[in-house]
Amino acid sequence: MNKDDKKVVKNLMFVVVGMFGFGFALVPLYDVLCEVTGLNGKTGVQYVSEEQMQVDTSREIKVEFLANLNANMPWEFKPLTTALRVHPGEVAKVVYVAKNTSDRDIIGNAVPSVSPGQAASYFMKTECFCFTEQVLKAGEEKVMPVVFIVDPAIDEDVREITLSYTFFIKPGSEDAKASVEASPAGSVSIALSTPLTQH
Amino acid sequence: MSAAIRVASFIGLMLVSMQSWAEYVLDLRPGVTSVSQGAYEIHTLVMWICVVIGVIVFGVMIYSIIVHRKSRGYKAAKFDDNLTVEIVWTVIPFIILGFMAVPATTALLAMEDTSNSDMSIKVTGYQWKWHYDYNVGENAKDINFFSNMTTPMEEIQNKATKNINYLLEVDNHVVVPVNQKIRLLFTSADVIHAWWIPDFGVKKDAIPGYINESWFKTDQIGTYRGQCAELCGTNHGFMPIVVEVVSEADYEKWIASKMESAAAAKASSNKTWTKAELMDHGKSVYATNCAACHQANGAGIPNVFPGLIGTPVITGDVAKHIDVVVNGVSGTAMQAFGAQLNDADLAALVTYERNAWGNDTGDIVQPAAIKAAR
Amino acid sequence: MSAVIEEHHDDHDHKPTGIGRWLFSTNHKDIGTMYLWFSFTMLFIGGALALVIRAELFEPGLQFVEPEFFNQLTTLHGLIMVFGVIMPAFVGLANWMVPLMIGAPDMALPRMNNWSFWLLPGAFGILIASLIMSIMGMGSAPNFGWTFYAPLSTTYGPDSTDYFIFSVHMMGISSIMGAINIIATIINMRAPGMTYMKMPIFVWTWFITAYLLIAVMPILAGVVTMMLTDRNFGTSFFDAAGGGDPVLFQHIFWFFGHPEVYIMILPAFGIISQIVPTFSRKKIFGYSSMVYATSSIAFLSFIVWAHHMFTTGMPVATELFFMYATMLIAVPTGVKVFNWVSTMWQGSLTFETPMLFAIAFIFLFTIGGFSGLMLSIVPADFQYHDTYFVVAHFHYVLVTGALYGIFAGVYYWLPKWTGNMYDESLGKWHFWVSTISVNILFFPMHFVGLAGMPRRIPDYNMQFAEFNQIASIGAFIFGFSQLILLYNVIKTIRGKNTEKATDQVWEGAEGLEWTLPSPAPFHSFTTPPTVK
Repeated sequence: MNKDDKKVVKNLMFVVVGMFGFGFALVPLYDVLCEVTGLNGKTGVQYVSEEQMQVDTSREIKVEFLANLNANMPWEFKPLTTALRVHPGEVAKVVYVAKNTSDRDIIGNAVPSVSPGQAASYFMKTECFCFTEQVLKAGEEKVMPVVFIVDPAIDEDVREITLSYTFFIKPGSEDAKASVEASPAGSVSIALSTPLTQH
Repeated sequence: MSAAIRVASFIGLMLVSMQSWAEYVLDLRPGVTSVSQGAYEIHTLVMWICVVIGVIVFGVMIYSIIVHRKSRGYKAAKFDDNLTVEIVWTVIPFIILGFMAVPATTALLAMEDTSNSDMSIKVTGYQWKWHYDYNVGENAKDINFFSNMTTPMEEIQNKATKNINYLLEVDNHVVVPVNQKIRLLFTSADVIHAWWIPDFGVKKDAIPGYINESWFKTDQIGTYRGQCAELCGTNHGFMPIVVEVVSEADYEKWIASKMESAAAAKASSNKTWTKAELMDHGKSVYATNCAACHQANGAGIPNVFPGLIGTPVITGDVAKHIDVVVNGVSGTAMQAFGAQLNDADLAALVTYERNAWGNDTGDIVQPAAIKAAR
Repeated sequence: MSAVIEEHHDDHDHKPTGIGRWLFSTNHKDIGTMYLWFSFTMLFIGGALALVIRAELFEPGLQFVEPEFFNQLTTLHGLIMVFGVIMPAFVGLANWMVPLMIGAPDMALPRMNNWSFWLLPGAFGILIASLIMSIMGMGSAPNFGWTFYAPLSTTYGPDSTDYFIFSVHMMGISSIMGAINIIATIINMRAPGMTYMKMPIFVWTWFITAYLLIAVMPILAGVVTMMLTDRNFGTSFFDAAGGGDPVLFQHIFWFFGHPEVYIMILPAFGIISQIVPTFSRKKIFGYSSMVYATSSIAFLSFIVWAHHMFTTGMPVATELFFMYATMLIAVPTGVKVFNWVSTMWQGSLTFETPMLFAIAFIFLFTIGGFSGLMLSIVPADFQYHDTYFVVAHFHYVLVTGALYGIFAGVYYWLPKWTGNMYDESLGKWHFWVSTISVNILFFPMHFVGLAGMPRRIPDYNMQFAEFNQIASIGAFIFGFSQLILLYNVIKTIRGKNTEKATDQVWEGAEGLEWTLPSPAPFHSFTTPPTVK
C-alpha cells in the first residue's frame, strides 16, 4: 500500500467507525427528536414542578384512558375511569387497577404512550407508575394512581388526548425467570420448546 | 384513410371500455369517507400529471428514435450543453411539484384531525386476529371481542368452492353507527400489525407499547372489508377486518344483543357441561384460536410450533395444562388465553385437547375448574 | 495448486492458472469476473425463489407452499436480489471498468479486493443454508421480510436470525472494503491529466455510490448489532417491554435503507450515461449537470428515510417534511432523464442490444419514478403503503432500472472483456422477450395494489385473481428468458462462431477503455496514458 492509499484508507476507516457509532448515537438522538416533535407519543417519566400552573377555564380537553397487556402477560388491567374532561392547568387524578391472575409472582413494566404525539410534551404526569417496576404476587391486586396536568401552553387544536399504558413482563427479570423455572409453567415451557412428535 | 379511422375508433372504443372498467378494477377506489375521497382525488391528480409528463418525455424520445436514426442517414449534431434549457427543466418541475404539494398538504391536514369524535374504539393486533374494545372514552360500552377469520381450511386448501368473501370474513364484525365520527386507537399485543380498510382510506400501524389514532365517518350504510397490511408472521395473510356501518337504531340493537350474549356467556360458565358439549364447543374454540399454530390435526409445525399429540403438557397434570393455556408461556409465541376467552371456552378447549387426536385421557374440565385456577 | 508457480516465461501478459488464479486473485479483471459470475448465480437462485412465489400466487388458495415457508421465500428473495445480485454486479462492473476508464493498472488495494469478494460466498452460503435446512425440516429460515422489522425479527424471530445477522455483517464488511477500494483507486490512480470533471460518468456515479456505501453500511451493521444484543444479551433497543421502541428500528433501518436504494441505482445511471452517447454518436448532454444531479440525489437520500414509514403515526409536521423532501428528488432525477433524452436528440442512433436495454431503462425507470412520486404524497401513500402498488414500484426501479442497467453494461463491455462479439440476434431476442414479459409481470401489480391487495401474503381473494395470473405468466417468461443471456455469455466467452471484437468495439465509443486491445490484457495501463 503506498502512502496516498494509506491516507485514504485511514480517513475512510474513520468515517466507517464514526458512522457505526452514529448508528448507536441515533438511539439517544431519536429520544430527543421524540421529545421535540412528539414522535410516537413518547411521554417523559415524571414531571416535578414547584410552581402552580395557571388554570385555563376557557377550554376543556377530553382525556381518554387505555389499558393494554402484552399477549403473554397473565394480568388483568384496566382504568377505573375511561374518560375525563379537564381544563388545561388543572390537576386531575385517575386510578388504574392491575391484578395478577396467575399463580406466580411477576414483575411488570408499564410503558406509557400519549396520542396525538404533539400533545405528549404538554401532558405532565406528577405521579405515575410508568417505567418503575411493578411487582404483583400471585393473585395480588393493586391500585395505581396517575396524577396529571395538561400544560395550558398546549395547542388550541388539541381537544382530545389519549393516555395509554401497556404492561409487559419485565424482560429478563430475575423473579420472572425464577418463578417461571420454579413453577409448573417453567417445566412446561421447556417441554413446549422441544419438538414432540412421538406418540 | 378509412383504415386509419377504423384503427382510431377501435383504440377509442378500447379506451372507453377501459374507462368503465377502471372504476372497478384498475384504479384506486374512491371509498366512502372524506379521507378516502381525499386520497383518491390527490392520487388521480398526481397520476394524470405523471401521465402528461410521461407522454411529453416519451413522445420526444420516440420521435428521436424514429427520426434521428443512423439507418436513415441522420448525421449527429454537435451540441452537448445548453444552460438555458437546463435551468428551464430544473425550474418547471419545481412549479409542478408545488401544484401537487398544496392539495396534498390540505388533504393530509384534514386526515390527521381526529378531534371531536363521537365515539372511540380500541383496536389491538394479535398474531393473527384483531381485538376490538368499545370500553373507551365517554360513551364507553362494556363490549369487547376478538375477530377471527372464518374462512374454512377446506376453501384455503382448494377442497371446497371459495366464498365471495374468501379470506375476508370474520366471526365478529365491528359494528358502528352511520354518520358518526369514529375514532380508532391502535395498539398491538405482540408484533407490529397494520389495520387497513381501503374504503375508509385508513391504514395505521398497531405497535406494541404505543398507541396510534385515526378516524372515519361515513354516510353510507354497508359492510367494508380490509386486511392486515404489515407483515406480522406466519398467518399475516389471514387476519381480515370487517366493519359494518349500520343505522343508529340497528346499532342500539346490536349493543343490546352483545350485552345479552355476554350475560349468556357468563351463565354458561356457571353450568355443568356434558363431555359431548365440551368436545363440540372445544373443537370450534380450537379451530379459531389454536389451529393457526398447532394445526387442525394437533401436529404443530416442526421446530416452529410444538405438536399437541401425546405431549406431556396435554396428557399429564390438568393443572399444568390449564396454566399454560390461561397464562401463556413467557418468551414464546404461546399467548395468555385467559385474557381472551371465557371460562366455558377454556374448559371446552382444554377438554378437547385432552381427548382429541388420540390423546384420549378421558379428562373432563368444567368451567368451574378454570374459574378456580384463575 | 502448483500450477500457480508454473509457466515462468517472459510473456508480459502472463497469468496464474488453475484454481489458485481465482482463490488468491489480486487482479481487478479476475475479481470483477468473479463478482459478476457470483451475481449471475445469485440471480438464478433469487429468481427461482421468485418463481415459487409467483407459482403459489398463480391462483387463490394454497397450492405449493405453506404460509410460513412463503414468508421465508419472500425474505430470502429480497435479501438475495438486493445484497447478492444488484450490489455485487455493480462492484464487479466497477472492478473491471473503473481502472480501465481512468487509465490505472489495477485497483489501489488488490489484496483487500480479493478479501471483499471472498466474504460474499460465505455470507450467502449461510443464508441459503438456512433455507435448505428449512426445506429439510430443521428449523426456520429468516421469515420477517428483507426489512426485518422488530419485534418480529427480535423477540419473535426464528433461531436462524443470529446467523442472518452474522451474514449481514459479512456482506457489510465486504461492501465497505469494496467501497474504500474504489474511492482509493479513483482518488489516487487516475491517469495524468484526468481531472475529476473529465472522469467518465460511470466513474463519477460509482465514486458517489462508494461514499454512500461507506456512510450507511456501518449503520446497517449497527442496527443488526443492536438486534443481536436485544436477542441475546438483554438489551432493549427495540423492545418496548424494556423501555425500547420498535419504531426506532424502522428509523435506523431506513436511515440505511433509503441511501441503499440509491446505491442500487446510481451506478446504473452511470452505465446508461456511457451507453446512450456511444450509440447516439454524440457527447453526453450536460455532463456537469449530470454530476451535480447525482450528488444532489445522494444528498437528498439522507433526509427522506421516513417516507417508508408514514403509517407508523408521525406528527403532521414530520410527515410534511418528509413528503416535501421526497418530492424534491424528482427534480435531479428528472434532470438526468432530460439529459439522456437530449443526448439522443439529433444523434445518429443505432440500436444494438446495449442501446435497446438503455432505452428501455429510460422508459421503464421513469415509470418507476412516477409511481415513486405518487408514493411520496402522504394522503395517497396511506392507500398505497404495503400493497402491490409498492411492489410494482420498486420492481420497476430495481428490475427494469438497476438490473436493466447491468444487462446493458454487460452487453456493452462483454466484447472488451472477451475479445469476441456476442451474438447480436440472441441479444435482441433476450431484450424483446425480457422487456415484454417484465411488463406483463410487473405492470398488473399496480392494479392489484390499487384494488387493495396487501404485499407479502401467500393467498388472496378472487377479486385479485386475473391480474395475479397474468403477472405469474409474465414471471415465468421473464425468468426463463434470462437463460438466453446465460447462453449468449457462455457462447461469447468460448468464442466459437463469433466475430472478433475490434479495439474500439462500437463505432461511437469514446474513452480510455476502448484504446486497449480486445480482450483487455491481463495487466493493462502499466504505463499510464495521458489524457488531454
